Amino acid sequence: MSNSTWNLDPSLESAAQVHIKPQYELFIDGKWQAPLSKTYFDSVNPADESHIAKIAWANDSDVDLAVLAARSAYENVWSKLSGAARGKYLFRIARLMQEKAKELAVLETLDGGKPIRESRDIDIPLACNHFFYYAGWADKLQEAFAGQQISALGVAAQIIPWNFPLLMLAWKIAPALACGNTVVLKPAETTSLTALKFAEICQEAGLPAGVVNIVTGYGDTGAALVGHPNVDKIAFTGSTAVGKQIQKACIGTAKKLTLELGGKSANIILEDAPIDQAVEGVINAIFFNQGHVCCAGSRLFVQESIADRVLEKLKFRLQSIYVGHPLDKNTDIGAVNSKKQLETIERYISLGIAEGAEMYQPDCTLPSKGFYCKPTLFTEVAQSARIAQEEIFGPVLTIHTFRTMEEVVQKANNSPYGLAAGVWTSNGARIFGLSQQLQAGVVWANTYNKFDPASPFGGYKESGFGREGGRHGLSAYLKFSN
Amino acid sequence: MLASVSPLELNAIMANATSIDQIGTLERIARIQARSIKGSAKLQGLRMALSMIDLTTLEGKDTPAKVRQLCFKAQHLHDQAANLPTVAAVCVYPTMVGVAKKALGHSGIKVASVSTAFPSGQAPFELKKLDTLYALDNGADEIDMVISRGRFLAGDYQFVYDEIAAIKELCATIRLKVIFETGELDSLDQVRKISDLAISAGADFIKTSTGKIQPAATLPVVLTMLGAIKDHFDKTGQMIGMKPAGGISSSKLALHHLLMVKEVLGEAWLTNEWYRFGASSLANDLLMQYQKQMTGKYQSATYFSID
Amino acid sequence: MEILKTYKLYIGGQFPRTESGRSYAVCAPNGKQLANMCQASKKDVRNAVQAARKAQAAWTSKSAFNRSQIAYRIAELLEARKVQFIEELQAMGLEKQSAEQEVQMSIDRCVYYAGWADKFQTLLGSVNPVASSHFNFSVPEAMGVIGVVACQQTALLGLISQILPVLIGGNTVVVVANSTQPLCAISFAEVLATSDVPGGVVNILTGEVSELLPTLSAHMDVNALSIAPIESKLLTTAQEEAIDNLKRVRIYAEPLYVKSAQGLSYISDFQEIKTTWHPIEQIAGGAGGY
Repeated sequence: MSNSTWNLDPSLESAAQVHIKPQYELFIDGKWQAPLSKTYFDSVNPADESHIAKIAWANDSDVDLAVLAARSAYENVWSKLSGAARGKYLFRIARLMQEKAKELAVLETLDGGKPIRESRDIDIPLACNHFFYYAGWADKLQEAFAGQQISALGVAAQIIPWNFPLLMLAWKIAPALACGNTVVLKPAETTSLTALKFAEICQEAGLPAGVVNIVTGYGDTGAALVGHPNVDKIAFTGSTAVGKQIQKACIGTAKKLTLELGGKSANIILEDAPIDQAVEGVINAIFFNQGHVCCAGSRLFVQESIADRVLEKLKFRLQSIYVGHPLDKNTDIGAVNSKKQLETIERYISLGIAEGAEMYQPDCTLPSKGFYCKPTLFTEVAQSARIAQEEIFGPVLTIHTFRTMEEVVQKANNSPYGLAAGVWTSNGARIFGLSQQLQAGVVWANTYNKFDPASPFGGYKESGFGREGGRHGLSAYLKFSN
Repeated sequence: MLASVSPLELNAIMANATSIDQIGTLERIARIQARSIKGSAKLQGLRMALSMIDLTTLEGKDTPAKVRQLCFKAQHLHDQAANLPTVAAVCVYPTMVGVAKKALGHSGIKVASVSTAFPSGQAPFELKKLDTLYALDNGADEIDMVISRGRFLAGDYQFVYDEIAAIKELCATIRLKVIFETGELDSLDQVRKISDLAISAGADFIKTSTGKIQPAATLPVVLTMLGAIKDHFDKTGQMIGMKPAGGISSSKLALHHLLMVKEVLGEAWLTNEWYRFGASSLANDLLMQYQKQMTGKYQSATYFSID
Repeated sequence: MEILKTYKLYIGGQFPRTESGRSYAVCAPNGKQLANMCQASKKDVRNAVQAARKAQAAWTSKSAFNRSQIAYRIAELLEARKVQFIEELQAMGLEKQSAEQEVQMSIDRCVYYAGWADKFQTLLGSVNPVASSHFNFSVPEAMGVIGVVACQQTALLGLISQILPVLIGGNTVVVVANSTQPLCAISFAEVLATSDVPGGVVNILTGEVSELLPTLSAHMDVNALSIAPIESKLLTTAQEEAIDNLKRVRIYAEPLYVKSAQGLSYISDFQEIKTTWHPIEQIAGGAGGY
């Protein structure tokens, strides 16, 4: 039998069962309401730049209505329910999400550009499980914080990014509701659809009106929400720059704040690492979700004695990473979320070259329409290069070498960010020793980008404060008094 | 020339074998298994897999008639379908090599013989040599030997190395497959170590199992062995073949194997010169899948000859 | 003409009759015969313990999340069969309102423990700040096979209050049901059999407590006992028998059918604690330790 090429055929997931309305209103007080702003904006499919739907653009007055609805629901309904009852609503929501998993996955991919394999196997299951997890805490809060006086905060304003739309929604809404708060959530403007589908699920679950409100819009909508005086708590996931603006806006108010911001996480391979699994870990760390991950392992530190070998293996591995249409089940790297983001990434790539780093991209053809970027490696990168310091938020990896563990700890910590870190070694004592030294809220040893509802996630330094997930994730949504 | 290695070199081979993280291995496999193989890629894959089968019968109750029937099936997988490939080889005990050789004639299908006191390998080395010579004298085109697992687990790597090297010397240009019986080994680290050792001792192919115990050719074990083959190739430019055996009875699994080879080694290994499936029931499942692709209808096992 | 139901035992995911072939009648308070129950024997206890042991390793290896999903499914199916359970309770003498309340509380208790399945570890486990350069952590682990003498005062809620916390903790159980009001126990077995609970994880025997408990409490392959209030001589004997393999014995003097009979302690009652140490390498001048 001769050596012919064997390539996978495209295997497109069908979008047939997904019901997308031509126009979406705001979800306020359990009803779909046309925006007082009378304005709508377009949602675009980044895979091919086609139009998906019109989304309502909430203005200050719309936000005001939403907060009012959340307040009323809190005072009159939600705060009067037992924890067990709140838990039952959350269980119902979780079940409905499970039942509609396929539809949600396809919708997420259409709207945001991430590969269907990831939305189907990672995003949606994690989102469902997050609701299941927090449903169970709702009537056990006192045990979670034994010996402390706890109560709900009231109305939570939540702003989420476009990289994991439904998952970030779950991370925000599930614990908030479990703890007895009501919410007004603003999804990112490029990815509103799964949040709006979630609103339908809330209706189907019989969730009391006003407990969850979804206001769609741009940054101005978010600002109005954050600035609203009748909000008790703000939870924001997004860029460090905006996070700082929000922190400023909270001065002089009693609003509780948690922030989950950017990162430039170090992924460290020691010479005694299980090298093939480490290489796979690098792939997962930077190319998962096209690198649109706050905790992406975007700086690879490899011990000098194995650096050439690791690079050789990385380049070989990239040959079987497919950049393609997000709905193709075999796509590994889908579409970049927006034109704006693609331009940002391309600017950084040019910058890297200008800064004297050596760039490598595998040979592959990108689709002609849509926003796509090849996986990119940079070697010969200085610690002081901007591409090594600033968050790129794309499939771009800077590779650095080190000689000793002391050196790599210093370099890894030499960043205003501190979200995550990866450590690859076959030596257990080093795992714990390095974990202790690294200034990161999440340390992954011999793995990367693993998430679980039971595992607390959050950053050190300018990567934010507060934790989401686990028992620790409840703290953000409770008032502690003595 | 007998391949030889000094104790120091051998220690280096064993000590430098890369450590394997089991969970990371499982995750890589999960990713490969999430691939969707459809349409013409699937048809092509099924044909490749068929051509890579070592159709096997290794039972105490094998008779010449049974072997002849198997050899016929090897050449006529399913004549109702046009243009199907034949299998790569038939795999039998040394006492059946002559029968198989005669039955296969000039078909191009090879006769692989197990040897070295297959399956246990628990016999004096002289007997293992005789076993091998007997198979070679009867015309075996390939030899599938077993390693001494007990010696390996006891840490006697020199012994294991020497055995392989000696059998390879007997084989000369006849290709030698070395069976590890990975189901008896402790961890993926050991699988990696034995792979490195066997390759340096002269193995042409490394093979997972005898097919007599479970677990046999699991994907994590195969991935680990492919890693050893790739590293050896990167270092020396020499290609080594891979043969998973036992426990591969579904087409889906076989196709994932091939995908794994493509992504981990590269397409040069996607021929029966470098990849074999040690299997008996896999052939009919591949044929059923093939017919389903061709006709659009799900098939029934009744329509495919057994042996 | 109705087809009357036969109530058999629940062992290893199946519904076998007692190997002794014996049965006993269960009657309503007004004397009307409700059913013939299997009168389980020592050998049934033996078989049940075997089944429980066989199932335990796989049950405890499931992810906590998986066990929580299964517990939630039990609640769903109990909810779906609410009417059947209410009728059984009424037949055995409860007023309609009490029966409804008991079934509702049982469902709620299943949901409650489903929620604990993947959280109790966070509260019962810990990372311990030892003074040496070691990472030291404690985790709860299932004890193994638990013998349960079910609450003899209620037919359903007591049973659930005892089984669920043990189950979600990764243990498997052999239950001696309420002997005079056993119907709900076997109907509950039907719920378990259709809730993705693997066979052998829960085993339910009906019969004389005084006959079955001694075998259970003396059995060397049972790791712990959960005993609801029973006659004191029987209790004393059971405790004495339990000593040979140092069973952990939990005696619940308080009623198990009340609102407050649920909590973390019901779970920790059947958890061991395992503490592991691992060195922390001292890097960059760090002193190790937490």
